Amino acid sequence: MHELSLAASIVEAVTETAAAYPGSTVKAVRLRLGALSDVLEDSLRFCWELTVEGTPLAGALLVVTTIPVVVHCAKCAADVQLDGVQSFRCPRCGEPASDLKQGKELEIESIEIDDGKDTGAE
Amino acid sequence: MGHPAVILSQASESRPWGTRRESECKEIEGKMTTRIVELRRGILKKNDELAAELRQRYTAAGVLVLNLVSSPGTGKTAFLERTLRELKAGGARAAALVGDLETDNDARRLAASGAPVRQINTHGICHLDAEMIGKHLDGWEGVELGGLDYLFIENVGNLVCPSSYDLGEKIRVALLSVTEGEDKPLKYPTLFNSADAAVITKIDIAEPCGFDRDLALKNINEIRPGIKIFETSAKTGAGMAEWLEYLAVERAKREG
Repeated sequence: MHELSLAASIVEAVTETAAAYPGSTVKAVRLRLGALSDVLEDSLRFCWELTVEGTPLAGALLVVTTIPVVVHCAKCAADVQLDGVQSFRCPRCGEPASDLKQGKELEIESIEIDDGKDTGAE
Repeated sequence: MGHPAVILSQASESRPWGTRRESECKEIEGKMTTRIVELRRGILKKNDELAAELRQRYTAAGVLVLNLVSSPGTGKTAFLERTLRELKAGGARAAALVGDLETDNDARRLAASGAPVRQINTHGICHLDAEMIGKHLDGWEGVELGGLDYLFIENVGNLVCPSSYDLGEKIRVALLSVTEGEDKPLKYPTLFNSADAAVITKIDIAEPCGFDRDLALKNINEIRPGIKIFETSAKTGAGMAEWLEYLAVERAKREG
């Protein structure tokens, strides 16, 4: 249920950043969402559409990268990726592992803007 | 107009796993006039900043702050009522902020314990956030953070949204009643994984409910290995001594 407030926060942050590039259009917004972020992607997309409607961000694409959970296994002395969020055990040795290294991200990674200027990139 | 990049997560490097809609990215990258502006900022940055300020205030005041989270009906209020009453009887100074969509019923129930209690009505919002806590700490008549040993925040009954909102608390407590099903931690892993302590409530009616204690403990440990678990009844007082002992120990750590 809080996807709408997340969408509003994203719009606010993106608008703020894009303001530094007058005359530009935001083409895409890239998010990193951890598997433990509890965000429903479809719901977020739906709320995003609602929130950007009629704003300069209308039409901007939401690109979501899902970040899997990584825990540190003390026994293996290694960071290991979990297959899901149903068991916090090292998939190699089976030891319980609660030292979370990754998977709670709720982050705006970058935005892609078009300011009409040639970037020199291919 | 500078917007410094803020990295809130430990994982700062981009990894290719699970990248979705890759074709869409490619299509955008192909255009010659688009450029990428790095933000690397938490979506909930404002809340996180406010929570960090609150955390500093709590630390400076020497008050131990706990955030109680569960489904509606788990018995957070009854558990907190008993906790406040017993803390008061033991000479500790405790207060509570209680969140609900509407009504001040819980605040009135909790106030019967004699502890200062303030209701936060969210009017439809499914969780408490740091801003609401800050606003309700300010101008709380007769309550100074520095004069408290414990501050309890009873969150809105919800096992999903509160997990994303840091309130600056030292200890997040996830509560689960014996009537809810032993697989609740598996169904709501984010919340249980983010908790520092788990409390099983209504343990006095575990038997008639057919509560499988071993399975519940196993499931909690599967999601949050090694978490401290309390099996309690606000009605009979079972498990309360261990809980109060834990509070005292955590509070002492605070002072140290």
